[in-house]
Amino acid sequence: MAEVTLVGAVNMALARALSDDENVLLLGEDIGVDGGVFRATEGLLDRFGPERVIDTPLSECGIAGSAIGMAAQGLKPVAEIQFMGFIYPTLDQIISHASRMRNRTRGRLSCPMVLRAPFGGGIRAPEHHSESTEAIFAHIPGLRVVIPSSPTRAYGLLLAAIRDPDPVVFLEPKRIYRVVKEEVADDGEAAPLDFCFTLREGIDVTLVTWGACVEDTLAAARELAEEGVDAEVIDVATVKPLDMDTIVASVARTGRCVIVHEAALTGGVGAEIAAQLASEGLLSLLAPVERVTGYDTIMPLLRLEDRYMPSRARIKAAARRALAYG
Amino acid sequence: MSTVARFEFRYTRVLDPSGALVGELPDFAGDREALVDLYRGMVRTRRFDAKAVSLQRTGRLGTYASSLGQEATSVGIGAAMAADDVLVPSYREAGTQLWRGVTPLEILLYWGGDERGMDYQVPREDFPISVPVGSQALHATGCAYAFKLRRQKRATVAVLGDGGTSRGDFYEAINMAGVWHVPAVFVVSNNRYAISVPLRRQTAAQSLAQKAVAAGIPGEQVDGNDVLAVRHAVARAVARARAGEGPSLIEALTYRLGDHTTADDASRYREEAEVSAKWKEDPIVRLRSYLANAGLWTKADEEKLLEEVEAELTEAVDAYLATPPQPPEAMFDYLYAELPTALVEQRRLAAGGEDDEDGGDG
Repeated sequence: MAEVTLVGAVNMALARALSDDENVLLLGEDIGVDGGVFRATEGLLDRFGPERVIDTPLSECGIAGSAIGMAAQGLKPVAEIQFMGFIYPTLDQIISHASRMRNRTRGRLSCPMVLRAPFGGGIRAPEHHSESTEAIFAHIPGLRVVIPSSPTRAYGLLLAAIRDPDPVVFLEPKRIYRVVKEEVADDGEAAPLDFCFTLREGIDVTLVTWGACVEDTLAAARELAEEGVDAEVIDVATVKPLDMDTIVASVARTGRCVIVHEAALTGGVGAEIAAQLASEGLLSLLAPVERVTGYDTIMPLLRLEDRYMPSRARIKAAARRALAYG
Repeated sequence: MSTVARFEFRYTRVLDPSGALVGELPDFAGDREALVDLYRGMVRTRRFDAKAVSLQRTGRLGTYASSLGQEATSVGIGAAMAADDVLVPSYREAGTQLWRGVTPLEILLYWGGDERGMDYQVPREDFPISVPVGSQALHATGCAYAFKLRRQKRATVAVLGDGGTSRGDFYEAINMAGVWHVPAVFVVSNNRYAISVPLRRQTAAQSLAQKAVAAGIPGEQVDGNDVLAVRHAVARAVARARAGEGPSLIEALTYRLGDHTTADDASRYREEAEVSAKWKEDPIVRLRSYLANAGLWTKADEEKLLEEVEAELTEAVDAYLATPPQPPEAMFDYLYAELPTALVEQRRLAAGGEDDEDGGDG
């Protein structure tokens, strides 16, 4: 079994999908000869050839729109957008076409494509390279939005996304692309979509998060344990559609919930989770739902980005507030 | 100083507005049946448009986009395609869709507000019409890539309007098609107006065909009110595509004789004199004059055709009006291949309507 990083697991899953299904192909900027700016597609051009690993023109809308045309023909395109900050030209194609092809045609045509993009801050990248705007896609009916947070889940969830018969926006937390290595078996086993992973069981407070914040939240939970606080940590993983059953059941046990995400506060996916907790879990809540998120500001340039991101200290402070309430 | 590149564009016209032969007659036009088929296709499209507009005016159809005056372009494209080619249409290609086997009932259902009208029973792989202008051109590029990858001798034909050529996605589509050398044909149905904006305010370019130059693909112009010319030019481009010779762009010069849609009033932005002058270029009259002058079409033929078309369309309208709407839970049934658990409760609410006990707003 190989020990791989998260980006290594992405590469492994892509290679597996290309090997298993001749309908799978990759397209994106610099994904071929260069192996992708993060090397997510390294070596795949040599193994699978230029017809299935396509270096496209610099044309994000074109990448998404042509992938829709391929998918309608039964191919399974996995399109890479180099950074989430460059994903916005795809919105017309994803919202107006990909998300609704099956619905419009009553199932005659469909759109089994994956739109991959690295997202989030914390790597001292230039402007437009650090945003977390998953809520834009999470708002759109017909889409799935999937965010892995470990090498194992990156491998399993990406395979699941590629095999899924509907469009999936697959956002990769680039801050932890190379932070952790895990033994990942290249066994072709997909992980479940629309499913929250409970990474740490606890009885005092539920910490709900996704993406790179999972690492910070797990670290915060370990530090809280030293204070005698037993925190449960849930990795949402699929932020659209939400597996609220797992979250509601956890909060029913702990009575307290802290939601952690890098994206701005207002209209973030955390707001939806909090609203659903208010309607489905109100009687089990012993404290107001806390949210630790990016501020409602423009993502700052690199000198201030650490002050924008949810820190372990902010996560712990929110957990303590929730525990101290009432 | 030296010249890097020079470009020129072919313009094809076979019949002039009076129906006189002014160009080389394409091979297919030697066959009376082929000519009559094209004529029937255009008449059927125009009668269908009239029925749809009349249904809308009487409150029995939603907003409708008529193709009045553009039938030669629409039908010519359809006739140039093979059954296993794929059409990627805009919202003004009823003529192409009808030719390819989309039924009048399906088109009425769509504009009447029912998604089942996009579940075409015959051209199963054709794309549904695209409302966001020009955005569909990329689907043709991607679809053609699939044909090329699978070594299939098929072509995709995308149709968009003059307004669509001002958008970036149109350029991205022809550019990528050029780089990938895929079997795609892009037809710009230049009806001179994007709602109220005339072509001169759309672009400073002398033609829309020349947009092909920037993408490195062949471009040409055709008289879009001459169905023989349209069919000939599109068939040539489709044949090139199928033979592995790459994509091309065709600008069909036509004119929208009607409003943009039934929600539009074209008298706000163009003179009646301009429109009435353009009626002299009516594509249906043009082919009928040619057929009649060649002794291939009689008054009796015309009456018989109108009767047949009327009978077919009346039946379609009746079937449309008799089709009950889908149940409310149909909103959920094709959203995903399988309904996610998160939506089960919403679907139940929509189906039961228990919060709508006063009958809702309807």
